[in-house]
Amino acid sequence: MTSTRNTATIFCREFKSYFESPVAYVFLVVFLLLTGFMTFSVGSFFERSTADLGPFFFWHPWVYLLLVPAACMGLWAEERRTGTLELLLTMPITMTEAIIGKFLAAWAFISLAIILTFPIVVTTCHLGNPDLGVVFCGYLGSILLAGSYVATGMLTSSMTRSQVIGFVLALVLCLLMLLAGWEPVTGYFVKWAPAWVVNAVESVSFMPHYSSMQRGVIDLRDIGYYLSVIGLMLCATHVVLDNRKSA
Amino acid sequence: MLEVKNLKKHFGHIEAVKGISFTVEKGEVLGFLGPNGAGKSTTMRMITGFLPPTSGTAIVCGHDVQKDPVSAKRAMGYLPENAPAYDSMMVTDFLRFAARLRGMSGVALEDKVEATIHKCHLLKVRNQSIHTLSKGYRQRTCFAQAIIHDPPVLIMDEPTDGLDPNQKHVVRSMINDMAAEKVIIVSTHILEEVEAVCSRAVIIANGKIVTNSTPDELKSQSKNGRLDEVFRRLTLDDEDDAYKPASAGEKDAHKLSPAHKEDM
Repeated sequence: MTSTRNTATIFCREFKSYFESPVAYVFLVVFLLLTGFMTFSVGSFFERSTADLGPFFFWHPWVYLLLVPAACMGLWAEERRTGTLELLLTMPITMTEAIIGKFLAAWAFISLAIILTFPIVVTTCHLGNPDLGVVFCGYLGSILLAGSYVATGMLTSSMTRSQVIGFVLALVLCLLMLLAGWEPVTGYFVKWAPAWVVNAVESVSFMPHYSSMQRGVIDLRDIGYYLSVIGLMLCATHVVLDNRKSA
Repeated sequence: MLEVKNLKKHFGHIEAVKGISFTVEKGEVLGFLGPNGAGKSTTMRMITGFLPPTSGTAIVCGHDVQKDPVSAKRAMGYLPENAPAYDSMMVTDFLRFAARLRGMSGVALEDKVEATIHKCHLLKVRNQSIHTLSKGYRQRTCFAQAIIHDPPVLIMDEPTDGLDPNQKHVVRSMINDMAAEKVIIVSTHILEEVEAVCSRAVIIANGKIVTNSTPDELKSQSKNGRLDEVFRRLTLDDEDDAYKPASAGEKDAHKLSPAHKEDM
């Protein structure tokens, strides 16, 4: 009970803090412009003449790669730099409450950005008859993917007091997770490694889980995958913060 | 009320705090003195549960900081060094945030925030963002956060550092007002502060306690009745030899060592 309350208090402060500075507005505008540009210009949304959101969701992993680490780099690094970490961690709360509160706030903020792309669904419905089940499934997959990015960004942010380092590390880590399932990478393993190795490499990647949800398949294993990535990153954050040498 | 038991902290191979023990009773204001880098902040961070000690612990109102950190933290208010606060928040929102984490809610919370704003003289700036505040107001905002739940134990790390004389006076009189019913620890390297607010002084140097007595006893140890002379005698180490009052004249200027590094 108190635990949920504390998490909620931290969630609210963190979520509001995005809007107390221009960060939230810059982020939302850039996110919407970038996804729009990728979908319509690069993804040839109109020229395909099919009523689905394939080109829209296709770009999400790449847009997130750039923007989610930027939205998460301050989560802990800023607290460490300004010394507010000392304030937060001497409050009568547990580290887990603080971590979950912050994670949910950042995830909710990114999810808000994703939900604000709803006009593209409206447009598609106006132009044709998309399968709304697939669209819903696509959004769900996209939000789960964003959650994994947020958890990764949170981990790298907890490692340093420099936001720039947090950003770069998150970007590299997310890129690795993305590329692990890419054909040139898996193809490299196919040549010599047994099938289970290829499968293992492929299954740590965001991509296969992402694309299966874009096809409209809700597989519990995919959801389980994202949740375990998130869980793993949050536990790692806990370990990092417990072992910090100083503020 | 507050018992510190043999606290030690190692940073790698550096021993920052080498076994510190003391107890403070209700009604006492303990001045925690020492040169920069002596281990004052590190000790306070261990007492407040921010840094895990290498060994030892602190018992706050019966709660062990290591074994039951949440209960121990509930009994403490803490003003960290340099008064950190969330820059983008408004003063009132910041205090609400602190009060909520301290378990208050509803009307009781609003009343407490109001009362604390009055007590800490923050009326003028209550709707300002914290990053627009002057250092004195910032210090008081962070101080307000520390006393909002009326804690039995109050720990302050250099509460008057960098304030002008008027602001120092305000902070000291706030400490004096609360002294009777709380356990208070104030770290400082300003010696006049010890005389102004403290009923007892612990001096530490190089991570160890070198003395634990009242300000008057300390003064009586000095030839000229001044605290700073005692302080220098107790805390100077070999590196600072050149500064020693008695022999300063005979040493060469080039032997002067650079000042201690800032606290970790």
